[in-house]
Amino acid sequence: MSLNRIINSKSFDIGKSLLAFNLRYNGKFVPHPPQYRCFRTQARSLAYAKDLFLGQINKAEVFPYPEIGNEELEELNQFVAPVEKFFNENVDSKKIDEDAKIPSETLDGLKELGLFGMQVPEEYGGLGLSNTMYARLGEITALDGSIAVTLAAHQAIGLKGILIAGTDAQKEKYLPKLASGEHVAAFCLTEPGSGSDAASVTTRATLSEDGTHYLLNGSKMWISNGGFADIMTVFAKTEVVDQEGVKKDKMTAFLVERAFGGITSGLAEDKMGIRGSNTCEVVYDNVPVPLENVIGEVGGGFKVAMNILNSGRFSMGSSGAGMMKKLIEMTAEYATTRKQFNKKLSEFGMIQEKFALMATNAFVMESMAYLTAGMMDRPGVPDCSLEAAIVKVFSSEGSWICVSEALQVLGGLGFTKNYAYERYLRDCRILLIFEGTNEILRMYIALTGMQYAGKILTGKIKEMKRGNLGMAVGMMGQKLRSSFGGTKDFGLTGKDGLVHPSLADSALKLEQNVYLFGSAVESVLYRYGKSIVDEQLVLKRVADVIINLFAMTAVLSRASRSISIGLRNHDHEVPTPADTGTEMYHAPENNDASIKKIAEQILEKRAYVCAHPLDRTF
Amino acid sequence: MSGRVLVGVKRVIDYAVKIRVKPDHSGVVTEGVKHSMNPFCEIAVEEAVKMKEKKLIKEVVAVSCGPQQVQETIRTALAMGADRGIHVEVSAKEYESLGPLQVSKILAALAKKEEAQLIILGKQAIDGDCNQTGQMTAALLDWPQGTFASEVTLEAGHVKVVREIDGGLETIKINTPAVLTADLRLNTPRYATLPNIMKAKKKKIANVKPADLGVELASKLQVLRVDEPPQREAGVKVESVDDLVGKLKEAGRI
Repeated sequence: MSLNRIINSKSFDIGKSLLAFNLRYNGKFVPHPPQYRCFRTQARSLAYAKDLFLGQINKAEVFPYPEIGNEELEELNQFVAPVEKFFNENVDSKKIDEDAKIPSETLDGLKELGLFGMQVPEEYGGLGLSNTMYARLGEITALDGSIAVTLAAHQAIGLKGILIAGTDAQKEKYLPKLASGEHVAAFCLTEPGSGSDAASVTTRATLSEDGTHYLLNGSKMWISNGGFADIMTVFAKTEVVDQEGVKKDKMTAFLVERAFGGITSGLAEDKMGIRGSNTCEVVYDNVPVPLENVIGEVGGGFKVAMNILNSGRFSMGSSGAGMMKKLIEMTAEYATTRKQFNKKLSEFGMIQEKFALMATNAFVMESMAYLTAGMMDRPGVPDCSLEAAIVKVFSSEGSWICVSEALQVLGGLGFTKNYAYERYLRDCRILLIFEGTNEILRMYIALTGMQYAGKILTGKIKEMKRGNLGMAVGMMGQKLRSSFGGTKDFGLTGKDGLVHPSLADSALKLEQNVYLFGSAVESVLYRYGKSIVDEQLVLKRVADVIINLFAMTAVLSRASRSISIGLRNHDHEVPTPADTGTEMYHAPENNDASIKKIAEQILEKRAYVCAHPLDRTF
Repeated sequence: MSGRVLVGVKRVIDYAVKIRVKPDHSGVVTEGVKHSMNPFCEIAVEEAVKMKEKKLIKEVVAVSCGPQQVQETIRTALAMGADRGIHVEVSAKEYESLGPLQVSKILAALAKKEEAQLIILGKQAIDGDCNQTGQMTAALLDWPQGTFASEVTLEAGHVKVVREIDGGLETIKINTPAVLTADLRLNTPRYATLPNIMKAKKKKIANVKPADLGVELASKLQVLRVDEPPQREAGVKVESVDDLVGKLKEAGRI
């Protein structure tokens, strides 16, 4: 009897700590009376990837693959046509790269097309596009790296702060001109002394004597559009007095207009790639910023910065895919005409392997990007920062490797400036650096997931240590099962399986992997405890596994849908998940047959063959 | 005059696509292939919208004949500035045999119904290359025609058209109502900007059946076979004129 009471009270404690975890996770401390039920009064907790750390597949989040309505799809296709036409006819990427400048006529054309306000709501003069539609247009703008970055710096991060944390007055005042492109925006966080360590910025905003405005002093570095932006989101330290009356320095986000005066932009940086995009230093010398130009709360700037960066990251997946598809076309043309040893290049295995690699990567990038965009478009503002980070890491590295392989197919020709490959390679390199370096993002991915898993597991482990027999037996049983190669059925295959039967093998592999991953995370946490934060190499491996797991999930979900609805060329999608799955499973399996098959399909059509994941058949 | 201009737009395979013949030689592959508005139709729409912007006419109506998909093309015309659209519904089967004669009958009927002051068409479609619809429409209506227009000036009661002809340029003056067909150098069509595409969603497209217009779609033409052009073969170099003559005689050319 007394044992029961102890257990009950422990459960109560665990429940409370879990509840507290939920509330505290979202950043705000919400004081709560002891409750037995969890009220959903704040944003949904992280969507899918977090649960993978517990060895759980949150099926409802990712199956079925997100779809958009027929009307939306038609509208989207209508949008794609003029943008593609513009990029084919009016964008001379070679010249932009050589001159390190985007001609003003081109910029004007982009503004007229409406590309400067894609995600600004219609009522403020923008297009009000959802994340999915934005991602789709990102596939086209990616054809020119400098333009893509200029547009992204302006709207994905530059004016995003106003969209997600601005007051109605700020939106009304600034958004219309930003949407039309009359004003261009920039995101100013990085400084000479603080890049990855964003919280260490030294730019200061001090309250004026009469308390009506702040005076901004400091300098920012690597600011895209910094040379000509009219509106900047600037992050600076402000003195804040916390609850206990202690003075602290906290970051605040400010909406700064160049017109305020005191702002100087340095010379444009001479860069390896994306040379047409303007990047420079921006110096603030006693710039007066009115109080009403604070974005969000004073002292809440770090969170605003992270939210802004998280919200734009996923589109790198579709940009990468768009670029890859173009490269596959270009490279296939060459490989099917060039002959050596009396055979076309396309008949050689090593060349075929490169095409299979490019196609697989494009497929995975597409699948992940639109899965994440679809999740983000769901009502309730879910937090997909983990998934977005995964998409960014995979897409940046995948693009870099694939562009290099494409260049290799052309050999010496690929190395010359007569072809676009070397420019694409130079433009791609930055993807691994900006928007959060891949190293930082891997730490973020691993630690966020492990923190989540840790909180839940701490409860379980504490229970076990306190002698909760039931818990102990359960955990031992699990360990025995996994060491004897037992598997867990997550409901992806079988009679009511969510995955199409033809993909059952790959689905089983995914389930296996997730289960093993869950156990691996448990062991790591048990072994290192809190000091896991310093074990970067372990965390890197954890991050790599979860990136692969998410990739497998996205691919299975998308292929399942394509096959189920009979999308054009859906039969070409089957080898890809199998391929992706096997490679990531690290099993010593030979993929040669499916590599040949994928390469054949592409080289025959001289293009990427799979239907777009947003396409519908009805 | 009504101040209304009818513009015909056709949905064709995009000019940049590599055309492939169907294995059964009955036509070209259109499934899954990128389609867009015929480039000469774009020029026609642009001319009509320009006239409206100069306040020379009051309304631009975009017309297209075909199955459901042609609505995309009408929407593009609306996004470029047309005021409303008319979709003449033709089933996919009937569309295969729809030619310039049938289309011109439809356009003639619509022009009378809508009391159009002008009909502007592209000079030809890049799939059929017929170059007949404009001329046939004018004949059916007994209207004057200004074809291969590279410059159009609308004045009270008549139109001055500068035409591109083999010998150079010809300027004619014709009375309205009239039919014009647009040539390449008439203007540079604008892009349908994304904000305009969104505004165009609110513009109306009316559905009409050919029977409603009293038009019979039966065609007296039948396509027997479609083939790719013969593969271009390598040339042969000869040493002298006599050799050349000899080779030509061999090939049965002279």
